[in-house]
Amino acid sequence: MSKLDSKIPAGPVADKWKNHKDHMNLVSPNNRDKIDIIVVGTGLAGGSAAATLAEQGYNVKAFCYQDSPRRAHSIAAQGGINAAKNYQGDGDSTYRLFYDTIKGGDYRSREANVYRLAEVSASIIDQCVAQGVPFGREYGGQLDNRSFGGVQVKRTFYAKGQTGQQLLLGAYSAMSRQIGKGRIKMHNRHEMLDLVIVDGKARGIIARNLVTGEIERHSAHAVVIASGGYGNVYFLSTNAMGSNVSAAWKIHKKGAYFANPCYVQIHPTCIPVHGTAQSKLTLMSESLRNSGRIWVPKNIEDAVAIREGKLKPENIAHENRDYYLERRYPAFGNLVPRDVASRAAKERCDAGYGIENNDTHEGVYLDFSTEITKKGKEAAIEQNIHNPTEQQIYDLGKSWIEEKYGNLFVMYEKITADNPYVTPMKIYPAVHYTMGGVWVDYNLQSTIPGCFVIGEANFSDHGANRLGASALMQGLADGYFVLPYTIADYLSADIRTGTISTDNAEFDTAEKEIQDKVNFFINNKGTHSVDHFHKKLGHIMWNKVGMGRTPEGLREAIQEIEEVRKDFWANVRVPGEANEMNMELEKAFRVADFLELGQLMAKDALERRESCGGHFRWDHATPEGEAERDDENFKYVAAWEYNGSDINQEVMHKEDLIYENIEVKTRSYK
Amino acid sequence: MSAKKGLSLTLKIWRQKNNKSKGQFETYKISDVSTDSSFLEMLDMLNENLVNEGQEPIAFDHDCREGICGMCSLYINGRPHGPDTGITTCQLHMRMFKDGETIHIEPWRSAAFPIIKDLVVDRSSFDRVMAAGGFISVNTSGNTLDANAILVPKEDADSAMDAAACIGCGACVATCKNGSAMLFVGAKVSQFALLPQGRVEAERRVLNMVKTMDEEGFGNCSNTGACEVECPKGITLEVIARMNREYFVANLDKG
Repeated sequence: MSKLDSKIPAGPVADKWKNHKDHMNLVSPNNRDKIDIIVVGTGLAGGSAAATLAEQGYNVKAFCYQDSPRRAHSIAAQGGINAAKNYQGDGDSTYRLFYDTIKGGDYRSREANVYRLAEVSASIIDQCVAQGVPFGREYGGQLDNRSFGGVQVKRTFYAKGQTGQQLLLGAYSAMSRQIGKGRIKMHNRHEMLDLVIVDGKARGIIARNLVTGEIERHSAHAVVIASGGYGNVYFLSTNAMGSNVSAAWKIHKKGAYFANPCYVQIHPTCIPVHGTAQSKLTLMSESLRNSGRIWVPKNIEDAVAIREGKLKPENIAHENRDYYLERRYPAFGNLVPRDVASRAAKERCDAGYGIENNDTHEGVYLDFSTEITKKGKEAAIEQNIHNPTEQQIYDLGKSWIEEKYGNLFVMYEKITADNPYVTPMKIYPAVHYTMGGVWVDYNLQSTIPGCFVIGEANFSDHGANRLGASALMQGLADGYFVLPYTIADYLSADIRTGTISTDNAEFDTAEKEIQDKVNFFINNKGTHSVDHFHKKLGHIMWNKVGMGRTPEGLREAIQEIEEVRKDFWANVRVPGEANEMNMELEKAFRVADFLELGQLMAKDALERRESCGGHFRWDHATPEGEAERDDENFKYVAAWEYNGSDINQEVMHKEDLIYENIEVKTRSYK
Repeated sequence: MSAKKGLSLTLKIWRQKNNKSKGQFETYKISDVSTDSSFLEMLDMLNENLVNEGQEPIAFDHDCREGICGMCSLYINGRPHGPDTGITTCQLHMRMFKDGETIHIEPWRSAAFPIIKDLVVDRSSFDRVMAAGGFISVNTSGNTLDANAILVPKEDADSAMDAAACIGCGACVATCKNGSAMLFVGAKVSQFALLPQGRVEAERRVLNMVKTMDEEGFGNCSNTGACEVECPKGITLEVIARMNREYFVANLDKG
């Protein structure tokens, strides 16, 4: 019997959330302090959830592996946050944001969840402005908007190129207020290592204090996982170094289904890989695609000359450049969705036109010269400068760009030593955001009662591909406006339960398992560092479960990952001690989980015999190289059930995706 | 881009087992460091070598490696975040160093940031200052005014953004001879002081934050401006002036 009951409320999609809220059970204010809630992760989702739950009066225990909740990886998001405010009067609406999100996700997300996301998006902006988030403004004092890939309206709110930072600091300040009141007990430098289930319900976690090494027991009436995505399975990604899958994977091993693990977003605008010692990839905000034109040389000799350093991009005449996105997708041009832009870059580089001087020649140009000239001319007219010189146009255009994206340009120059005002930026796709995650129902509850999953860690809203500027929206929507309602419905049964004890067999067993694993790592007389295995895994994942996948490659990947995993458990070396700060030990726990998840990702990708969003199968492509979806056979969510340490034995459950409000069409951005 | 590859370096790194034990500099040699690598990637390489030799790697804080989370620290050759300006350690690249150079690497130095291990310090004092008032007391219910009902002049919003850009890395404290946190606290106070939202509780905010800042053991501003020079996000001394003004007025009102 399948546990997959999505619990989508009945009625028209526009009324579902309102009706559901009207009929859910509540916990009255005087009973809320009898209830403890654990929140794992303090990014946009976890931070906003912790603050709101504490505000409502629950006792919140929040955990993060960083030294402060302010450092969660949401802080690195640059471009903006979507909201259907229609401040620009360009026809935006809840329905249109809903439609764009479903379409952008290649019709692989759940209608009811996405509609709710679009519906609450407007409140997020009100909330954040009230908290003092300094969004960009027009001269009249009203909020400014910009546009992102895959859409034809301006609905993205931004705070310079640091939107994620400002929104996270907003949530962190709301948390700080509750920490000061004693309603949130913050556990910095703590990592959740297991979920504890008592009588079939999530009742606590085992965490390791990363400073003292102590293995701790924490109990609660409900556990909320907000631990973000699992992109670091690829080793090189745009994620923070510490971002990991452990919390989500641990609940999977305890019974929560893991949905669509193969859906990974490859972001088109990252700085290309420079060498083998590289630890991390840096994203250049997608908002740059508003002002930049992407191209490679039209002639292969020019590409070769550029790679050899004999030719500079600014010396290639306009007619000798191939603006391939504008050529292939005239309607959307440089603003096509991320998966489309990423694949198009790969196609050009595979064909030999890549411009980066690295082993794989992987790199294309993001050029701002057209925009600098255009904005310079506009500014000259505004300032009554007749017949401006070229230098004047450039200077005015440059200061426009500087105002809009200055910090990104500085960052690029620091990393590459190239000045992007003069020479185009070099970019290439990189692993960015994961759309797969723990399966949750409409209430954001996993298949384990009392265990909720929010933000990037769950699966429901983005389908096979996420629209730009929607990650911040989903994190905050879940944390501020969805979970606080739905969790109350669950907790209303717990007002008489009383404090959950940590002195029972379930906590004993879970703690012992973790302690044994710690002992194993510390005592294993291995030969290789944790990173050695992580890099091997990443290499397999990028080459065989990356931007283009084949059945043969995926079968090989499954086999190879299994071998790396075996090798890891035999030969990993973790120096240092258990009862103190030990970063190698932290990594060992995380990589052990990545190795299992990586295998499941390959397995899921192999089963999904179609191309959709970031999951592109070469054996399911049109003659022009566009993704070929198979709605008849694959319009479902693949939710995997753990079945012991042999990942190949996981069982797939299907949740059919039903579209009642949107006509399922072939995506076209031409 | 520099084509020069393969630096050989001598590293003098502060090692300290924990908060109770004494620390000392240890010397390490490393070669073949790409000039395109970041400083932290160079330390990754060193740590990989140490693990392979069965030694304990050097503990240092880092996370996003994009210059925004504020987790990385490191005092490099006597300067927080090293010799380049306007960046965090993770954005410092090895092209800033010469072949054969000796590099000194230390943790943040401040009484309010006790050492946890090697190069890792405890900056939770910043969180406690924030919990004392670094927020606007608005319910997180979504039942607020429409965002455009609060008009903010663009110049004010931009200045608030400049102050809000602080990443809480602590370089300002580490470089200050008094270990003062006034650039950090001033940045937060300024962000809210420049916006109409939260004006109602402005006096309480500045009084509580300054009080907590003092209790946490941060020193007074010495007006030397080292914090401004070392701030990776270009926060200026103006925020300290604004905080002092806010504090002065709040005290007058209180009296």
